[in-house]
Amino acid sequence: MLDPDLVGRTFVGATSTLVTQEAITQFSRAIGEPNFEIAPPTFSISITLAESQVLLQDSGLDWTRVVHGDQKFEISRPIVAGDSLLCSSTIETVRNVAGNEIVTVRSDLHSGSDLVVSSWSTLVVRA
Amino acid sequence: MSNFEVGQELAAVSYPIDRALLVAYANASGDHNPIHQNEEFAKSVGLPDVIAHGMLTMALAGRFVSDVAGGSAHVKEFFARFIKPVVVPAGSTVNLIISGKISAIENGTAKIDIQAICNDVKVLGMAKAVISLS
Repeated sequence: MLDPDLVGRTFVGATSTLVTQEAITQFSRAIGEPNFEIAPPTFSISITLAESQVLLQDSGLDWTRVVHGDQKFEISRPIVAGDSLLCSSTIETVRNVAGNEIVTVRSDLHSGSDLVVSSWSTLVVRA
Repeated sequence: MSNFEVGQELAAVSYPIDRALLVAYANASGDHNPIHQNEEFAKSVGLPDVIAHGMLTMALAGRFVSDVAGGSAHVKEFFARFIKPVVVPAGSTVNLIISGKISAIENGTAKIDIQAICNDVKVLGMAKAVISLS
């Protein structure tokens, strides 16, 4: 069970992630995207899901039982190579449905003071 | 890219998925959950076989949206619910069929409702994107 006191709190990542051209190329190539100049719309998940995993595991959640329920992105501008992205994560809601814990985590990626991408991951912890 | 009409159907595109793609996506995304690689493990947690990452399915739907929009730079919002797994048996290729429809046009943007079908089963729910038309 997740501590309900954690809901609404924002956790800022300890370090920024430097986005390399290699990472964008590798992700784009995997999904068959021919343009390597900017990151595909879902690229940021490669940064934010790991951050959410650390946050939720530290909060007492059993990651081995987690299933991805839904995902949303709001993209202010495309991610490009050279971006140094700091992730801040907020546990927005925790609900219990039929014994399954449903957690929504918002992750904001900032480059300096600019918000680049906001994303929301709904994670279902199977009972 | 501004000559869309509300109700316009966007032709379906087929995206093949095989085990090699699951490995490539795991390496690219950093998601190395064994349910996407190891048949024995997948079955041990109650799955029929190895399944594709939900985020891979969404990434391929994202390619569809990027192509419709005239490039990834035009994709502003993107949502999907993972309602059914995409099962990927060893040695075979499954086809993810993505199609769409323009559901609204407002303030220089178009909203796209997205369908994602694999083996006649809808795998993404309520999938939609907002693209900029400028």
